[in-house]
Amino acid sequence: MASRLVTPAEAGRLAGRPDFALIGDIIEPGSRVLDLGCGEGELLAWLIEHKHVLARGVEISAAQVRKAIARGVSAYQGDIDEGLQDYPTGAFDYVILSQTLQETRSPEKSLREILRVGRKAVVSFPNFGHWTVRMSMLFSGQAPKTELFPHDWYNSPNIHFLTINDFEDFCAVQKFPIERRYFLSGESRVKSFPNLFARMAVFVLG
Amino acid sequence: MIVETQYARFDSIELEGGTTLSPVDIAYETYGRLNERRSNAILITHAFTGDAHAAGVSKDGKPGWWDKMIGPGLAFDTDRYFVICSNVLGGCQGTTGPASENPATGLPYGMSFPVITIRDMVRLQRMLVDHLGIQRLLCVAGGSMGGMQALQWAVSYPERVQCCIPIATTWRHSAQQIAFNEVGRQAIMADPDWCGGDYYDKKPPARGLSIARMVGHITYMSDDSMREKFGRKLREKEKFGFDFGVDFEVESYLRYRGSQFVTRFDANSYMYITKAEDYFDLTQGTGKLIDMFQTVTTRFLVISFTSDWLYPSYQSQEIVKVLRRVNGDVAYCDLQSSYGHDAFLVDIEEQTEIVRGFLDSTARLAAVAA
Repeated sequence: MASRLVTPAEAGRLAGRPDFALIGDIIEPGSRVLDLGCGEGELLAWLIEHKHVLARGVEISAAQVRKAIARGVSAYQGDIDEGLQDYPTGAFDYVILSQTLQETRSPEKSLREILRVGRKAVVSFPNFGHWTVRMSMLFSGQAPKTELFPHDWYNSPNIHFLTINDFEDFCAVQKFPIERRYFLSGESRVKSFPNLFARMAVFVLG
Repeated sequence: MIVETQYARFDSIELEGGTTLSPVDIAYETYGRLNERRSNAILITHAFTGDAHAAGVSKDGKPGWWDKMIGPGLAFDTDRYFVICSNVLGGCQGTTGPASENPATGLPYGMSFPVITIRDMVRLQRMLVDHLGIQRLLCVAGGSMGGMQALQWAVSYPERVQCCIPIATTWRHSAQQIAFNEVGRQAIMADPDWCGGDYYDKKPPARGLSIARMVGHITYMSDDSMREKFGRKLREKEKFGFDFGVDFEVESYLRYRGSQFVTRFDANSYMYITKAEDYFDLTQGTGKLIDMFQTVTTRFLVISFTSDWLYPSYQSQEIVKVLRRVNGDVAYCDLQSSYGHDAFLVDIEEQTEIVRGFLDSTARLAAVAA
């Protein structure tokens, strides 16, 4: 079987997902968790083993779903939005949307569904307001290509580019209640000027 | 691993059609060892023309039909699990079927054999599982008609199935599936040797049965796999024969498969088993699949194959969707393959990867729960 992972941070490093450690902390033991865009199921596998959660995952890539199932995660191959509408209201304690918001077709619709299906949503995304992004755009005059946004404009999976401030405004307008917010640079917390210095934001909604 | 088919006899079985069959024999094989807690048993349910010989090698040297999936270190790991496979009711490989002797007449049943259903097949399997002293199966798994039985197990005896792996299957037979089966049955019935099913002391309806099998084989492959395997290759000739002998490789293959099949399969079993498939509807006509799973606790791993046009992926996805709606525990993958419906038998690498992990995690969950 797949190797056991010791911490969500390690799982995150393996999967290139620095927000895993924090999300691993946020989720309460024994919760019902749905991970949208669960990839190879690294985070859910850790949560099952260490927090005894009831875990479900959705992933569009067949190759990744295979890996997730092989790891023992109940993942199914499908589209996030299509999957969400089937679940009964309040089916989960937490719905995780880790670094996927910027790839969803309709973030407003998806988040509304997420908050119907889950008591709480854990949403993380790379911060387009990070200073490296701003500098890249300013000095190159081209679509920003940085460590956080490594793709070219034509092959990027990201179809929305949002900053932390954008997301705060969006939640206010949509009346999505923000319970907690965390700002990360790598795995360390960013205390001041997050919209400039945080690479990643993790919001708990609901 | 040399394996031997075993047999059990039960006094009678009540059938969905209202009749009782008595006595009833069931042929089965087992692989691996049942643990002390009797918690590691897996029932493998076979497809249409399969039999109890799923793994290992029989005394006459024949490998099991799923021997790449069942064995030491394989997906269904016989070092860990106790694997059972039985021939279905209505079959012709040791379990009571139309070729069996009717005790009332001393002659083969033929068409006086009662029409049986997938539910009846599963009931007989349950009697076998009882007979083996197993209360709860770790898993019921099967492809095609085997998948129908696996689903029926989860619905008929949910408390006795820890996890269920329906592969390349459907929750009810579709018009297209019924249509192909009907062509097969008509081919058999059109053969004068069929004699209304009363041919056991005469020549069997080999031509009809072999045509039925040829049609079947076409539906098990895909356009891609046939193009790759045969293309327009000619059979042992450079030019067309300008006659109606064998020109193309594909013709030769189908004829060969047809002629092989009639040596091992009974035409009447073909009639009865295809009928059971066609009657199969997990909801028994209501169409409300969700009602079947309202209180489900069984874990599911649903598998379909991208090039399977006989049991297309959407049929598996319908099951997955309903399981999501009841917040059931379901994993699903549409595996990439060009082998068509046959993929679950031949394209086993990725299937092995997910079945192994799924079983392992189910066994661990079961151990924690116990």
